Amino acid sequence: MIRILRQIFSTGIVTEDVLGQEEANIKVAGDRLEEAVKKLFRGSLAIRHVDAGSCNGCELEIHALNNSIYNCERYGIHFTASPRFADMLFVTGPVSRNMEIALRRTYDATPTPKLVVAVGDCGCNGGIFGETYASLGGIDKVIPVDAYIYGCPPTPAALLNGILKAIEGK
Amino acid sequence: MSLLKDAIISALGEDVKFRENYQYPVSVVFCTVPKTKFTEAAKAMKKSYALLAAEWATEETPWFGIFACYRWGSEYLIVKTVTTMDDPAFPTLTKKYLPAYRFERQMNSLMGVVPEGHPDLRPWIKFEDWPQDAYPLRKSFDASKPMPRVEGEYRWSRAEGEGVYEIPVGPVHAGIIEPGHFRFQAIGEQIINLEERLGYVHKGIEKRFESMRWVDGFRLAGRVSGDTTVAHSLAYCMALESMTGFVPSERAFWLRALFLERERIANHLGDIGAICNDAAFAFMLYQMMRLKEGILRTNSELFSHRFIMDRIIPGGVAVDIDLKGKEKILSELKWLEKEFEKLVTIYDENPSLEDRVRDTGVLLPEKARELCAVGIVARASGMNLDCRIFNPFPPYDQYDRIELDVPVLVTGDVHARTWVRVHEVRESIRVIRWLLDNMPDGNINGTIEPPSSEKAGFAAVEGWRGEIIYWLQSGPAGEINRCMVRDPSSVNWLGLEQAIPGNIVPDFPLCNKSFNQSYSGHDL
Repeated sequence: MIRILRQIFSTGIVTEDVLGQEEANIKVAGDRLEEAVKKLFRGSLAIRHVDAGSCNGCELEIHALNNSIYNCERYGIHFTASPRFADMLFVTGPVSRNMEIALRRTYDATPTPKLVVAVGDCGCNGGIFGETYASLGGIDKVIPVDAYIYGCPPTPAALLNGILKAIEGK
Repeated sequence: MSLLKDAIISALGEDVKFRENYQYPVSVVFCTVPKTKFTEAAKAMKKSYALLAAEWATEETPWFGIFACYRWGSEYLIVKTVTTMDDPAFPTLTKKYLPAYRFERQMNSLMGVVPEGHPDLRPWIKFEDWPQDAYPLRKSFDASKPMPRVEGEYRWSRAEGEGVYEIPVGPVHAGIIEPGHFRFQAIGEQIINLEERLGYVHKGIEKRFESMRWVDGFRLAGRVSGDTTVAHSLAYCMALESMTGFVPSERAFWLRALFLERERIANHLGDIGAICNDAAFAFMLYQMMRLKEGILRTNSELFSHRFIMDRIIPGGVAVDIDLKGKEKILSELKWLEKEFEKLVTIYDENPSLEDRVRDTGVLLPEKARELCAVGIVARASGMNLDCRIFNPFPPYDQYDRIELDVPVLVTGDVHARTWVRVHEVRESIRVIRWLLDNMPDGNINGTIEPPSSEKAGFAAVEGWRGEIIYWLQSGPAGEINRCMVRDPSSVNWLGLEQAIPGNIVPDFPLCNKSFNQSYSGHDL
């Protein structure tokens, strides 16, 4: 136990201020996103992540959002286990044909206004996988998307800035 | 001299033909046998204690080629047989080799070849709502068109009886992970059967390769499984280079090894943390993620990508390291080693954690062998396998200088898989130091010509999960005719299915995390 405590205190707080550290490559598709988040969530946001066919690269960076350096919870952002509690869907892609139905169902299970963010180049436009028999392309081919975060994969700073930009309508 | 070659000659005699000047590198034996002798070849391999590394099909109009790749120690041997398009049947290998079970289901689903005598030909990766006659890997299949959905039902294997209940999980899981479906049958807390259903992230990668240029394929390979981007693009590049006879400079090889080891450390750190987190020891996750973030940031600073994606290219590498970069890595390793060892001590001295990870999710050594498991999973279950030793590229081939120490444990439980990772992180830290101290000078890349027509290339690389195999084949016009990808997950997922029964339901996430297999790499 003493080792654990010692490690905790010697590590201290490692959380960094990452705002604006990297200008996010984000495209807000409609003003619905800004409006809704500002009005309804007051900076507190529950996100449900859905992997609709990603290579797991974006997932690693979304994981990093939750580490103590990026610490997204300090902004009231947390990842929830169920779409039923989610304000926002964070969808990585491309949408594979085999995930299409599951993605639609998750979308349907999310309460309105169910904001959708397409994460990563593949989520935005299908990326290297394109549109084939097995890949339907970007997320917006299947469900309406409110914002796009580009990058392969987008860095945690870009993701965080992207969400915050959306929340605060900067 | 090749033991497997001798074995197959003595078993099949005149029936086995060795084709020269077709597949490279020549150290990997390539032979063809008549269809009727395909199982006999497998029998001879089994007798020689060889393991089945991969099985796949190609279309070489008007034939289907059926391939089985065997491995024993440092030897690889590929057996090919052909079958006609009118009668696409071939004898199954499932009676000799368990992993053939999934390989052949996949071949049957995607290429439409029929393994005769296979006990369970339910489609795999191909979902029930695909048109029955859709075989994407066939040349006549138009991959650019979306497929219609049809009615269909998947038959699950079932355990029945009083008190048996079923828990379906997925494809959308509770955490930030990839999609897959698991079905448990349990009595009380005890799991009596687990069936996996994968294929949700099938993106048609193998087919996509066929529409790409040789020089671009490494980018797609780097996105087969995003967490293993270095090892996948490396395996693709090595297979391509062996086909064209191009040998990258020594410095390029050493840089590749450096990237590979950095990828291994980063992923192992994340895994050790996540395993502890699934045993409700969140402290370790946050500590390990802090260390991992350090590695990724240095990657970003020195190689301009956090996961070193697209930095291994055909002909070499795209980024070099200077003296300042070397100093940076060395000082980082010093910090990492100190912090890591403190955390390992905490892991090791924590009895409540030990209670969760020991004797949980046991994959017995004999089962692992039967399943031909690879990588960390195999090494935690008593199998001494590592491509860095048995199929090395420079600098790993300098055994006496690099002195790579590969950990092998025999308990096969969650702890063993964690401890193999701990040891590998230590070893990778040592290897990186050695690489930096001894790195030769020279160019880092060269121009690579496209391979000539009707050739094949093979490569096996030890990624952080285990052995990754790429087999490339050029067609009559010199195009990519087939790119076979075998991620370690293709075989190791079977191991999870075998390790779970007998455990309690709440231990499943813990066991699953200790395997941490790729969905994307499996589904392709």
